[in-house]
Amino acid sequence: MAEKVMVKGTEAIGEAAIRAGCRLYYGYPITPQSELTEYMARRLPEVEGTFLQAESEVAAVNMIYGAACTGRRVFTSTSSPGFSLMQEGVSYIAGAELPAVFVNVVRGGPGLGDIQPGQCDYFQATKGGGHGDYRMVVYGPESLQEAVELTSKAFDVADKYRVVSMLLADGLLGQMMEPVEFPDFVDLNTLPDHSSWAMTGNEGREAHKVTSFNIDPYGLEEMNERYQATYKKIIENEQMHEEYMLEDADVVIVAYGTIGRIAKSVAKMAREQGIKAGVFRPITLWPYPYEALSKFTDQAKLFFTVEMSAGQMVEDVKLSVNGKKPVEFYGRMGGVVPTPTEILNKLKELV
Amino acid sequence: MPYVEKFKGPKALNGKEFTYCPGCHHGIIHRLVAEVIDELGIQGKTLMVSPVGCSVFGYEFFELDGTVAAHGRAPAVATGMKRATPDKVVFTYQGDGDLAAIGTAEIIHAANRGEKITTIFVNNAIYGMTGGQMAPTTLLGMKTTTSPYGRRAEVEGHPIHMSEVIKELDGVAYLARTKVNTPMDVKKTKAAIKKAFEAQLNGDGFGMVEILSTCPTNWGVSPVEANKWLEENLVKEYPLGTFIDKVGEAK
Repeated sequence: MAEKVMVKGTEAIGEAAIRAGCRLYYGYPITPQSELTEYMARRLPEVEGTFLQAESEVAAVNMIYGAACTGRRVFTSTSSPGFSLMQEGVSYIAGAELPAVFVNVVRGGPGLGDIQPGQCDYFQATKGGGHGDYRMVVYGPESLQEAVELTSKAFDVADKYRVVSMLLADGLLGQMMEPVEFPDFVDLNTLPDHSSWAMTGNEGREAHKVTSFNIDPYGLEEMNERYQATYKKIIENEQMHEEYMLEDADVVIVAYGTIGRIAKSVAKMAREQGIKAGVFRPITLWPYPYEALSKFTDQAKLFFTVEMSAGQMVEDVKLSVNGKKPVEFYGRMGGVVPTPTEILNKLKELV
Repeated sequence: MPYVEKFKGPKALNGKEFTYCPGCHHGIIHRLVAEVIDELGIQGKTLMVSPVGCSVFGYEFFELDGTVAAHGRAPAVATGMKRATPDKVVFTYQGDGDLAAIGTAEIIHAANRGEKITTIFVNNAIYGMTGGQMAPTTLLGMKTTTSPYGRRAEVEGHPIHMSEVIKELDGVAYLARTKVNTPMDVKKTKAAIKKAFEAQLNGDGFGMVEILSTCPTNWGVSPVEANKWLEENLVKEYPLGTFIDKVGEAK
């Protein structure tokens, strides 16, 4: 196993993508993730990969589409306004059943917003964004080590199901430095074989048509049924979450990403003050671990959701709890990161 | 052996009947592209990017691996595809609504980067599939469903000359404007398409052929009148010619 190295978040994700076998990056710089684009520009030629700075996020996502048609592992990264521009292409990639991996390092919004960490793209990531009935697998890492591991996972899952997967990070994760242990480089010869559908030239075989298009409504409905069957398998097999000090918890703090990490400090502080709190941290934001969270509805007196948004994930927490126990929310917006003390103070008010 | 062998289309077409309106030039242009692919012997390694608009079904007629790009994005899709697999031949097939309106940024930047792709640009000065609306290439005074009083420069702006814009870009290796309304023009267009593919095969850079084309249905005229209207009006606004030919100059 490799040694731990000190790296910046954006660069850790880039290196993880390369180690996962990705040799193609098309992207467009945007704060707070431009270092990831820069890292790929520097690093990809060293591994005989391809980097291209697109003229816009709209072009970048369509370059991803084109490359994904050839069956190769492709990757891009952006931040909130950039991901909004990419939605058109994400919908087409999902419709054409192509594997591709995105990173959205979320910043404060809406509109141009600011360049501070945010979690306000949760709805866009987990409920849609582009047009049509599609889903993407969305991971919310809490640390750089987890971001590295989930990057590999994101490529594997995208390849396995031929879907879009995404790391929903935030500016905090993108900009922090932490020691990380990288996995070994994947042997490119062991990557999944996509020759049954990919566009590689029809020498000696029938032509492959890779599209999201079907003018016949019954035909298109069939395609949609196929997408939904895939999503059902993903729901069954790919849910991930972490439980922290929940064995005897009266209060279940629900938080993801870097706020999930902060929530663990809050739970520890709360216990020192006699409040039995624990943390439920969803790692896959879609598929959301509804059932795993709903198991605490008998035991807990209160569910407390904390986010850097106006309360987007709180809707999924409410779906899990299904009215059986109160669900409270605390959030900061505009790129403001809540401190453990202010979260604890809010929790004490509620208890 | 029969005296006359049964007529066969090019191998790069799969023989499905075209779905285009009577008198539309897409069928001729499809056939020319397919003949060039046959003659260059590149059928097994050519990847097609279809557009939106009438020729969205292009991928259905070619015996090639094919995909459909979002409106205007074909050059970006082709860029991603070509850079992922540089040994393949990648071409886009786009109309004027696709290439000269919503996809202006993508075509300009792909051409400027000198992407080693080929673009077949079919310009009939109108939006076909959506029902005859004004295109950026619509002529001044020309009536369409969204310029019912005739296109006015002061309101709707001027017709855009994409080849003249693109010819200023250093990444372009081959660029020509042709038409297919007479047999001689068909031959010339085929030669131009071949050169545009050769620009890619040689690694010279970006190649594009703009082909002036008819839309009898949305122009509201017969196929014969459409060919005449093209000759008398479109050619005047969009002069034919070879703008750039650097084929064979790379290396």
